[in-house]
Amino acid sequence: MSTTDETRYDPLTPTEPPGLPDRQAGELTAWELLRWGWRQLTSMRTALVLLLLLALGAIPGSVIPQQGVDALKTENWQAAHPHLTPIYQKLSLFNVYHSPWFAAIYLLLMVSLVGCIVPRLFVYWRGYRKQPPPAPRNLTRLPDHASYTTEEGPDVVLLRAARTLSRRHRLATSGDGTTFEGADEGWVAAERGQLREAGNLLFHLSVLIVLVGFGIGSLFGYKGGVILVVGNGFSNQLTQYDDFDPGSLFNADKMEPFCFTVHDFSVQWITSGPRQGMARKFQAPLTYRTSCQGDPSSWSPQQSYDLRVNHPLTIGGTQIFLIGHGYAPVITVRDGQGHKLYDGPTVFLPESSNFESFGVVKAPGLEAGQDIGLEGLFFPTFALVHGDPINVMGDDKNPTISMLAYVGDLGLNTGVPQSVYTMDKAGMRQLKKPDGKMFRVDLQPGQTVALPDGAGSVTFHGVRHWTRLQISRTPDVWVTLLGVVLALVGLLGSLFIRPRRVWVRARRQDGTTLVEVAALDRSGGGDLAPVVSSVVEALQGEPARDAEGRRTEEGTRA
Amino acid sequence: MSHDLGISTGTWEHLSNQAIAAAGVVYFLALVAHLVEWSALRSLPVTAVARAAVPAGGPPVTEEAPPRSAPPDESTRFRIAMFGNLALMLTVIAAVAHFVALLGRAEAAGRVPWGNMYEFTISGSFVVVAGYLLLRKRFGLAWMGPIVTAMVLVLLMVAVLWLYSPVEPLTEALNSPWLVIHVMSAMIATGAFTLGGITSALYLVRSRAERRGSDVDRGYVARLPSLPTLDRVSYRIHAFAFPVWTFAVLISGPIWAHQAWSSYWNWDPKEVCAFITWVVYAAYLHARATAGWRGRNAAILALVGVATLWFNFIGINYFSTTSQHSYASGAQVSSQVAR
Ligand code: HEM
Repeated sequence: MSTTDETRYDPLTPTEPPGLPDRQAGELTAWELLRWGWRQLTSMRTALVLLLLLALGAIPGSVIPQQGVDALKTENWQAAHPHLTPIYQKLSLFNVYHSPWFAAIYLLLMVSLVGCIVPRLFVYWRGYRKQPPPAPRNLTRLPDHASYTTEEGPDVVLLRAARTLSRRHRLATSGDGTTFEGADEGWVAAERGQLREAGNLLFHLSVLIVLVGFGIGSLFGYKGGVILVVGNGFSNQLTQYDDFDPGSLFNADKMEPFCFTVHDFSVQWITSGPRQGMARKFQAPLTYRTSCQGDPSSWSPQQSYDLRVNHPLTIGGTQIFLIGHGYAPVITVRDGQGHKLYDGPTVFLPESSNFESFGVVKAPGLEAGQDIGLEGLFFPTFALVHGDPINVMGDDKNPTISMLAYVGDLGLNTGVPQSVYTMDKAGMRQLKKPDGKMFRVDLQPGQTVALPDGAGSVTFHGVRHWTRLQISRTPDVWVTLLGVVLALVGLLGSLFIRPRRVWVRARRQDGTTLVEVAALDRSGGGDLAPVVSSVVEALQGEPARDAEGRRTEEGTRA
Repeated sequence: MSHDLGISTGTWEHLSNQAIAAAGVVYFLALVAHLVEWSALRSLPVTAVARAAVPAGGPPVTEEAPPRSAPPDESTRFRIAMFGNLALMLTVIAAVAHFVALLGRAEAAGRVPWGNMYEFTISGSFVVVAGYLLLRKRFGLAWMGPIVTAMVLVLLMVAVLWLYSPVEPLTEALNSPWLVIHVMSAMIATGAFTLGGITSALYLVRSRAERRGSDVDRGYVARLPSLPTLDRVSYRIHAFAFPVWTFAVLISGPIWAHQAWSSYWNWDPKEVCAFITWVVYAAYLHARATAGWRGRNAAILALVGVATLWFNFIGINYFSTTSQHSYASGAQVSSQVAR
């Protein structure tokens, strides 16, 4: 490449300093140092190193459990590694993608990207309409070249070269460019594929667009989850969510005022074959209104939707996804006097793929110390095998609860928030049979059991489904999408357009004409030998492939 | 569909398994044929071929034509040509059996045959072979034969021994048109990157041999194309694979993840690893454009890329802590529909 004047075209040029003159370090002024630093930062080599750093920096996050991805796993890991945990915490290794050092890498990369792309944009802009540079003096020094001699005059050869190469190339020629009349020496320079650089610029700019879009989405958006027992409704307010993960600039007033009710949940269980026990075709039909806050007369009309996996419901800019399901046994708890302490469906969380589920019922008593608590399992399809209770499958063919009962103080009034899925047993006493043996609340739908010590009774009415919904809003996601599509377009252009220059030089020498042809591929991916040979073929009087070109050529000659 | 033909799901699965076994055996035979071919070559100086003067403007000689200036040993020459052709034929036959195995699997499952690791491995390795066979003529990849056959053989063995799982339905989240789009593009890119990895490895082998000034005129190294050609072929393959991978990981993947898991990008280990692979290949493309990095360093980066690619595919399932990409662990519909 060194043999040609690549300066204007080499994509590296705008970013690579010409090299500072050899001087003592002390002689550098602060300004020069700054400039030097900037040039280093925006050099291709730095981009390369930063890319590699980004790749390296992303590794820990795929090996060490991440708080933001799976908080529970992270806690378990931390409990198992008490010595490493504080060190890892200092290094933000449990939160790699939000850590300062990760941000430093990609911010530097972005600065480098901007510093690299913007000057190249200008160069490209200015250079686009320029003619290709003249042919180098010595074409045979290029790696891909060929030469031959002919009886034809240089003017004929050059004219033919210009005609042949004018297809899909931009041309520059010696002389006035239209005719080589009488010239003893001349050249034709052809260039194609400048769009490659445009594609490359587009790609890099789109990376920025994607990041901006991504940033908007995660700053202003939110993601929340809620478990809804079938039959219950939801209206889109902060208080209704079980968990909520807002972006840092999220504004609750921007939440869309919709509401919906899940009416049913159906699932198909596969009962035979290798797929046995698996569930599919999850379906949660629901009705919704896009606006239902304030005066009911201003509510929007009711619409219905079949919520399914892979088929989220979109209301305005918010989407609702079906991501889980489970069972909620309907249980009534009464105290010794027959007062209803608790009544309703209770969400049990599945513990295995066959939906054996765990849950607690907390029934506050009418007097202090009279709280009743239940804790235990729900079996959708219960069976006794050799005396052991097992759960056969996830379908609720034989729903059964099997729980332990406690009385005492649940600690509900202490002001400390409690999870509804665990029971604080510190103030509770487990109920036993009068003979001191284990007492269990083992019930099937419709059955009631009296608790020991006259503490009360428990009734199991039946079971309802619950659905776990994820509700999220990603504002301006189209920005990201647009960026991604533009990036792909730019990338394709950048990788598949082959920028190429072809030169033809002809000069009269000892009564014959020496013709030299050379080609240069600036992408480094092209195979130029066939290109050179086809140009030579076209020049050596072989009819140019372009019929039209030949006709005009003959016309000129006549 | 299986009902139409009156063949049961189990039969299709059985057929698929047998076809894989058959393909494995034939790949092995192809590998043996290649090895015989190469061992015969060892005794031949191939200077004339490797260094054949490139006629001005003519295409560089990269095809595997038997050495023209071979010594009079006719039988050796015959052996080379015969075993070369035999190996190619065997590879084609094996690839056909391989394809039949994929078809059988698809019939048995009633869907595209890439729903779990086993299926992904046999499909992905098929892409490698198909890519090799398709590009063989165009890029003069004959010299890749022994490596491709050996590699696919190993992959199939890994698939059958460790990854095998009977036909099972997709978890609901995988049941989407995006499965076809996303996984197919990921697989095509994986196959192509793997081929690119092979050419890059060979670049390193050859450049090492040349630097040491060792005998580059004999044996396998001599049959490799010149360094610039190897570099160019690598670049072309990577240039094809990179946009496909970009589409698979950064476009179709997030769109599908959004539909199924309600989140475009979740920093799930599989996603992270795919991202790392993408960044490494971006670095590879940069390296080729950076003075001082092109050639050897770029080839090394390409190998790092392949390593992350395959680690992501197989390794991550054993090391990772959490992954939503549940095809890795078979049919697991637990508490959550989608996970
Ligand atoms: C997020 C960071 C970046 C990514 C993902 C990225 C990706 C890519 C990709 C995929 C290519 C290949 C396209 C081609 O070969 O033409 C490329 C080329 C290029 N990149 Fe980047 N790049 C990034 C940052 C940068 C930065 C910071 C610079 C400037 C210092 C830069 C300068 C270039 C140049 C000059 C090329 C053209 C190479 C050639 O002509 O072959 N890139 N980049």
